[in-house]
Amino acid sequence: MYAFTYERPATQAEALKLVQGGGKLLAGGQTLLASMKLRLAAPEQLVDLGGIKELSGIRKEGNALVIGAMTRHCDVAESAVVAGAIPALARLASGIGDKQVRARGTIGGSVANDDPAADYLAALLALGATVHTNARSIAADDFFQGLFTTALDEGEIITALSFPIPSRAAYMKFPQPASLFALIGVFVAQTGAGVRVAVTGGGSGVFRHGAMEQALTASFTPVAAAAVKTDAGELSSDLHGSSSYRAHLVGVMTQRAVAQALA
Amino acid sequence: MDKDGKFLAARFHTHANLGAYLSTFASAIPTYLYGTLLAGQYATPQVYVEVDTWFTHTAPVDAYRGAGRPEAAYLVERLVTRCGWDMGLTQDEIRKRNFVTQFPYQTPVALQYDTGDFHACMNEVQKLADVAGFDARRKASGAKGLLRGMGYSSYIEACGLAPSNLAGALGARAGLFEAGEVRVHPTGSVTVFTGSHSHGQGHETTFAQLVAARLGLDPSQVEIVHGDTGRIPFGLGTYGSRSLSVGGSAIMKALDKIEAKAKKIAAHLMEASDADIEFSGGEFKVKGTDMKIPFAQVALTAYVPHNYPLDKLEPGLNETAFYDPTNFTYPAGTYICEVEIDPETGVVRVDRFSCVDDFGVIINPMIVEGQVQGGVIQGMGQALYEHGIYDKESGQLLTGSYMDYTMPRAANFPNIQIGRVCTPCTHNPIGSKGCGEAGAIGAPPAVINAVLDALKPLGVTEIDMPATPDRVWATIQQAKRA
Repeated sequence: MYAFTYERPATQAEALKLVQGGGKLLAGGQTLLASMKLRLAAPEQLVDLGGIKELSGIRKEGNALVIGAMTRHCDVAESAVVAGAIPALARLASGIGDKQVRARGTIGGSVANDDPAADYLAALLALGATVHTNARSIAADDFFQGLFTTALDEGEIITALSFPIPSRAAYMKFPQPASLFALIGVFVAQTGAGVRVAVTGGGSGVFRHGAMEQALTASFTPVAAAAVKTDAGELSSDLHGSSSYRAHLVGVMTQRAVAQALA
Repeated sequence: MDKDGKFLAARFHTHANLGAYLSTFASAIPTYLYGTLLAGQYATPQVYVEVDTWFTHTAPVDAYRGAGRPEAAYLVERLVTRCGWDMGLTQDEIRKRNFVTQFPYQTPVALQYDTGDFHACMNEVQKLADVAGFDARRKASGAKGLLRGMGYSSYIEACGLAPSNLAGALGARAGLFEAGEVRVHPTGSVTVFTGSHSHGQGHETTFAQLVAARLGLDPSQVEIVHGDTGRIPFGLGTYGSRSLSVGGSAIMKALDKIEAKAKKIAAHLMEASDADIEFSGGEFKVKGTDMKIPFAQVALTAYVPHNYPLDKLEPGLNETAFYDPTNFTYPAGTYICEVEIDPETGVVRVDRFSCVDDFGVIINPMIVEGQVQGGVIQGMGQALYEHGIYDKESGQLLTGSYMDYTMPRAANFPNIQIGRVCTPCTHNPIGSKGCGEAGAIGAPPAVINAVLDALKPLGVTEIDMPATPDRVWATIQQAKRA
């Protein structure tokens, strides 16, 4: 790591001032600190959001689940509120990384980072969530704009994520065996408006699978999902899986997610 | 092979990667430590081995657990299982028809196996692995849409390095004896100085047990000193599963000298002749009488030599020995691995893994079991998860961290069933063969044979390590298209 200064503001206003002055936001540090150790990132000032109490917390608000940006993965995984509202989300959180990662990693950090293999992003997109920042609210469909690129402006802080509660949902992830990130992860959600299917791990960022959504809206069954082929051309190949393997896994994980949602 | 599957001759041609530069052991691993093991447990009359070694752009290779013997076992045991399938014989039958049964056995590849009982290991492990229940388990897996396979590996290895004159003849610049000094203190406790070096093998426990058992002490009265070249006699260190067989034998020889001298002191104290003294259970007795004195008394007397044959014997009880082995030792055994494969994802799950090893005489069963578990996990890691991958265009190492290099984790494996057979080594005073590397040697072919056994109904005949989900799935698709 290169040398840096460290600030831990007590309020959002203080944090905003520091970040507008060039400071780099630190949430759980599970990506940022590792990058700094590898010297892939070298911020001069870290602004730790961990001291701002109102950024953490889980509550139900009408027909939505609202989770503060600084809420740790382990807290989402173990929350009775989440288990009661969207159990698929609790299960997703319990499968992120390992125990140590879940103790520190945050949902806001994961969403802001937009890693092409992160689990939460599939949940946001499939559930039609909203990203709340200090300045505005952004629909998930408009938030994710490609590889590591989000709609966030420079210096904008995510404050909370809100998830409309679906009638049925499930997440199935095939882990990359070394990193335990998603090689392919599929989140399936059924609401009054139809079925949404989001895929992470494909390589260039989380995306919605139109063909799967059509098939499952017509018939929410594993058989309907099995009939849909995914184009390997859009997916990446790396040493853990070819693009055709990934395309195949999209089908398998979707079928298994539907089966779990129906169970 | 003849029509009954009896091996007549074997020919091997191997290309071995050395990496970009020669490391200490690089040239010995794919030759002396590999070619000489290609007879395996089998009485094949003729074996021809040719090895070409290559410089490439990869990192230099050097000794990993097994150093050449895992490669030999992988090749032989995959080949033998394949022979069985080609001949319509089961994996155990093809092996049983070819096991060496007469010892000592001179292989066609230089090594002479002193002793072993390959049939006994095979029979034991088949019970441990519940081979009889396999067909039912395979049907049950099938009902869930899963494939199941069983793979055998009857490995043998050569360790307990090494006879110095042989090492020299092969071009080594060092001898390979080991040193052991046993210093008895006036209090009757003992300090042992050994040229072996424990880096997790538990020598402090095993060597202390060895000495304590011999002298009738509690192991807490024995201190093991290693690792400080300023304090110990000239030794050669720990590798090649040699510490008990060579280091322990040096200690035993030092103990022989201790016992011989102590008997003379005891004879003097009890006014008997040296030849009439027996030593057992920590006591010196005069044959045919009930006269006896404890070891502690002899120890004290050696350092307070008032009633002592000073005209014939120096005071003190402190002896050093150097032991040069006359042969390698040959741990051997059979492993059976059972896997379940999900054809939809290509994931291989090890359902059970059973080992029966013949390590000769062992001293501490818990430590030996730990070595087997560690070695087997390491071998399964190689078979299913680990691979150092370089980009073909740029030569860049792609598996540059544990985010891409898949280390095996405890959650990946079941408990390992471990059994034992013992044919004592014929040429060292302990009768030990060593156990540190066996697991890493025997495991990989057992796993891959199991994977191939599971995929056989789909028309798959070949797969390389590691059998990752991506690779297994692609292999299945390829077989479907054929």
